Amino acid sequence: MSSSRIDVSIEHRDAPEPPGRKHPNTCPRCDSHYRDDELDANLWVCPHCGHHFPMKARARIASLVDDGSFVEEAAELRSEDPLDFFDLRPYTERLAEAELKTGLGEAMLIGQARVEGTGCELAVMDFSFMGGSMGSVVGEKFSRACDSAIERSVPLVSVSASGGARMQEGILALMQLPKTVAAVEDMKDAGGSLISVVAHPTTGGVLASFASLGDVVVAEPHALMSFAGPRVVQQTTREKLPDDFGLSESNQRFGHIDAVVPRPEVRAYVARLLRLFSKNGD
Amino acid sequence: MATDHELRLRERLARLRSVNLLGGARLSGELEKLERQLARIAEETTDEDIWRSVQLARHEDRPYTLDYVERLLDDWVELHGDRGRADDHAIVAGLGRFDGTTVALVGQQKGRDIKDRIDRNFGSAHPEGYRKAMRVMELAGRHGFPVITLVDTPGAYPGIAAEQHGQGGAIARAHALMARLEVPVVACIIGEGGSGGASALALADRVLMQENAIYSVISPEGCAAILWRDAGEAKKAAAAFKPDALHCLELGVIDAIVAEPGEGAHTDPQEAARLLGESLRESLEELESVAPDDLKRRRRARFRSLGVYA
Repeated sequence: MSSSRIDVSIEHRDAPEPPGRKHPNTCPRCDSHYRDDELDANLWVCPHCGHHFPMKARARIASLVDDGSFVEEAAELRSEDPLDFFDLRPYTERLAEAELKTGLGEAMLIGQARVEGTGCELAVMDFSFMGGSMGSVVGEKFSRACDSAIERSVPLVSVSASGGARMQEGILALMQLPKTVAAVEDMKDAGGSLISVVAHPTTGGVLASFASLGDVVVAEPHALMSFAGPRVVQQTTREKLPDDFGLSESNQRFGHIDAVVPRPEVRAYVARLLRLFSKNGD
Repeated sequence: MATDHELRLRERLARLRSVNLLGGARLSGELEKLERQLARIAEETTDEDIWRSVQLARHEDRPYTLDYVERLLDDWVELHGDRGRADDHAIVAGLGRFDGTTVALVGQQKGRDIKDRIDRNFGSAHPEGYRKAMRVMELAGRHGFPVITLVDTPGAYPGIAAEQHGQGGAIARAHALMARLEVPVVACIIGEGGSGGASALALADRVLMQENAIYSVISPEGCAAILWRDAGEAKKAAAAFKPDALHCLELGVIDAIVAEPGEGAHTDPQEAARLLGESLRESLEELESVAPDDLKRRRRARFRSLGVYA
């Protein structure tokens, strides 16, 4: 008898979290659980143990800039699908889903803002949009942020959170490394400055491009900032990784960043730097 | 799809015709080459062709950087060490004469036998390698020597020490240094152009790619492991992200394809070197009359224009 089987290989996109995986509002370090508004009021830092939860781009901007001072730029840019990329699902579907889930057009927001009264340009990434991956739009937005900073003679503040280059855009995603670096160099030639704030996680192509090129580079506590992720390193080397592998504290110890700054202090820290770097004293 | 390829290439041709940046005689050569490549693109690349490129790019007899150095440069002096910590054998750098002119050459180097391969870390550099590359390119910039880079790496090394010594920052700074050079820079992908570890040596005025080389954001195996959750699906992954030379040309990532002899560079390294030398020579001649400041400005503008969005 020829067996006819029912195909059960559907994707469980909306299936409940597998057991053992914690609710996103449960602290992975101390197991305290919070409502959204509780975390929001505390800048998404665990009031009990100080763990830094991932922070969405809009919340980050609100925490950083003077009320009402943020004017978004290039909000209309959207990714295309130059390779007709299809893995288990089409890239275009993943993009649409990410936009619906996050309410963002892409993994980076840019715009003009003021921090404690000092003008700056902002480029803020959101890890919840396809893992904060950098494709053509993130590269273009960052590049425009550099130009906008030059035009207004203000420093650029970037806040990165990214898994690296976006595989679905293939080689064009890789080209966003040289692209964003070229934009930073243009800005530095014009007398501009870059303040890079590294949030968890910042890995791969974003760490290997603009995020490392800040005149000042600071990171949040316990943020993973490594070129290769721990799993890849573990699989390649088969060595036991140090407990603090790739974390901001380790990066500070090895001299790769200027400071580890807890989130509640980032705003004041950035404001101080902006005052120091501002050309026209405004 | 084929018509799409064609349209974009025709657009590139039209742009080349209208722009007078190459200054006279060389322009026609460039046009001819693009036209020849256009004729070939009409025959659509199949998934099999792409996978063949992946295999040939990794062929164990494929000529490596030092094989080309030996055949193309006179008076080669290899320079060693990053002046800080170590000499990374996965990257070679040095000075030599190419057509009578002093040039700096930098490239990843894979090993031939097992001992050599381990010594070269399979062409995967640590931050020390990128710092050595930067030191030599900086020297070239100061002396007005053109820079040639040959890219051949599966990727920068993902190791504990590599991270502790600042792999991400080293790659970022290598890109940045290349964006600041005021001498002609020509890069050629000669084997595997794997990820940031490859583009760190390829922020050049002219980016060439050998016919059977690959240039990609991640290895086919890495992509398959992440998106298909099975490294065995590498062939599917390669077909999806298209790392072959024709697609890179179509996307404007590279400027020209360097022909390989017969069934691939490994079948006739001498001829492969001659063809590579010819392309490098043409590219350097195109750039020699460009003012230093313009070189830098155009190089940055070239890379800042890359990307597809709406």
